[in-house]
Amino acid sequence: MTATDTDATVITPQAPAAREHRLAATIARFRPGVIALVILVIFGLTTIRNANFATGASIQAILSIAAVYMLLAIGEAMVIITRNVDLSIGSTLGLSAFAVGELFTHDPHTSIAVAFLVGIGIGAACGALIGVITTLIRVPSLVVTLAALYVIRGFVNIIGSGIQIEPSVFPQSLVTFGYSTVIGIPWMFLIVVAVALAAAYWMYAYPAGRELYAIGSNPAAAALAGIPTTLRVFTVFVISGALAGLGGVLFDAQVATVNSTAGTGYELIVVTAVVVGGVAIFGGSGSVIGAVLGAILLQVINQALVAARISSFWDQAIAGALLLAAISFDRLLAVRAARALVAEKGVSYVE
Amino acid sequence: MRFSTRNYARAAVGLAAGLSLAVGGTALASTHHSIKKGLLVYAIPKDTVNPYEVIADNGIKKALGQLGGKVVVSSGTQDTAAAQQPGIQAAIQAHANAIIIAADDPSALCPQLAQAQAAGIKVISFDSDVTCKNHLFINQANTKQIGASEVDLLGKEIGYKGQIAILSAVSTATNQNAWIKYMKLELKKKKYRGMKLVKIVYGNDDPTTSLTVLQGLLSAYPHLRGIISPTTVGISTAAQYLDTHKSLLKHLTLTGLGLPSQMRKYVLDGTVKEFELWNPANLGYLAGYAAANLASGTPLKAGATFSAGKLGKYKILPPAGGVGLSVVLGPPTVFNKANIRKFNF
Repeated sequence: MTATDTDATVITPQAPAAREHRLAATIARFRPGVIALVILVIFGLTTIRNANFATGASIQAILSIAAVYMLLAIGEAMVIITRNVDLSIGSTLGLSAFAVGELFTHDPHTSIAVAFLVGIGIGAACGALIGVITTLIRVPSLVVTLAALYVIRGFVNIIGSGIQIEPSVFPQSLVTFGYSTVIGIPWMFLIVVAVALAAAYWMYAYPAGRELYAIGSNPAAAALAGIPTTLRVFTVFVISGALAGLGGVLFDAQVATVNSTAGTGYELIVVTAVVVGGVAIFGGSGSVIGAVLGAILLQVINQALVAARISSFWDQAIAGALLLAAISFDRLLAVRAARALVAEKGVSYVE
Repeated sequence: MRFSTRNYARAAVGLAAGLSLAVGGTALASTHHSIKKGLLVYAIPKDTVNPYEVIADNGIKKALGQLGGKVVVSSGTQDTAAAQQPGIQAAIQAHANAIIIAADDPSALCPQLAQAQAAGIKVISFDSDVTCKNHLFINQANTKQIGASEVDLLGKEIGYKGQIAILSAVSTATNQNAWIKYMKLELKKKKYRGMKLVKIVYGNDDPTTSLTVLQGLLSAYPHLRGIISPTTVGISTAAQYLDTHKSLLKHLTLTGLGLPSQMRKYVLDGTVKEFELWNPANLGYLAGYAAANLASGTPLKAGATFSAGKLGKYKILPPAGGVGLSVVLGPPTVFNKANIRKFNF
């Protein structure tokens, strides 16, 4: 055993602390599995109380309504893993949703492909702007994206004040798409799952994707190790913005009417979903799949409360409690991992 | 709003119409006071972006335009009492003659409004009332009447039988809760004994939240026969869901309060048969005339009358049922396939 070996799994099981560390690491690795289990338990309990919760229509609705949050959670997870945060996504979604509505208002013959491109393009542009400010001027992304939240929403309000885009403006094909299914699964959900799998694979298998974790674990060390941190952080903001832009078009497809308030407050729901899904709020660990499952969990809870005939006033309290539980669990893991490291290597771990 | 000769001309026409109505009006004691020139009115809607609020604000501007006054619209982009406070302060500093407010909170703004009243500003609430003293509430429709007519619209369509639910906005909205109270009272009548209100859900006037609670509702109560959604976001979101899930329409009926422009598609394709609303532009217009009259000397007391331009003459009603001094715009309009094309708000 050499001192340079950092892989805990090859250490022979002599120190109890190391065993503890491995257990903690295993739970952390299977966090998405834990979330999936919680989803199934809630689903099962609700179904016992009300058998209709498990019907096809009910599941379809949960998946299609959750799809937009899931999409935003993918981008948000990537941003948070690099030790940044994107609070602008709700406003970006609103801008994209409203702009696409305006597009159809001015030219009813716009093709749906163009609408998707415009939505994604607007989102990517917002993300690029935020990425540039965050990386080049080196302002904390919390502040930059908080400012962007207001600036972008303000802009939507200026162009969209008092305008309600009517359902008849949107082409029937787009509006039908919002709820159409293939072998019983909503199209919107499938698209989001495809995006999530692509993102997860990229972060797992590609050096550029792995580097996001390195940046989040220790930005200074990552830069010293030759990782192009500026480019990587810029890229995740563009991705997060583009996904929020895509979310705007999906929002239009689902609701079929839009005004300048679309997406207000979504950023905090999404950050909650991401952290509940196992992404550490200070970066460096977690997964896109966990974040997406976190979004589904929050949606299932909201819908289960109504379906189980429990007051829906509980949903925010439960979301908050889950968030606290997730953060406490992560903290516990970090402390144990640190202790295990000390026992293993005899070095003190400075936070 | 700028002053222009066209506005003066319109003001003259409006005044003439008002006067002729006052003269040829009912046997009520005429308390018509001539409207002062150059009145300054601060309009503080729930927010400045919601289309419904903007239509109402334009009604206020139209009224004051006809009367040679000026309107400043001031509020936030979200529905919070905190975002409405700067508007009240600005009105006080500008020595406004009146404030017209659609309250985001029934009582939080009272201290500030009292400050405005102490500075000689008349306070008029519209759309969503405040509980403060000495103000006039411009009621979009008799609260009781809205509650009763919503239940009746739904009852007629479902044969007065089955489980029903309400999809509301936020749980603290003054107007929503007042209507729901009267819906419950109406349902106690013998005529509706076959109808059972099983659940009230809150969509917070957000489309996604409305969809979530709607779907929860549908799985919790599979035998649900009807939904009343007395809010424009709720009814349009639910209509879009039903429109894409037509099989639900076999046993489920949706009605409520909605904007004709948002609901036109769903009424024409049969998803929604009937719903109702007052004209928000007329509501603002009436509030504008009420403000101008109060600021010109019409006393704030029950029985006092004033003329509201094209809408005719109105009488201030005594306090009743938790509402203080008020004026009622009139019965709401019921929209259906036959008439919905005529309305463009």
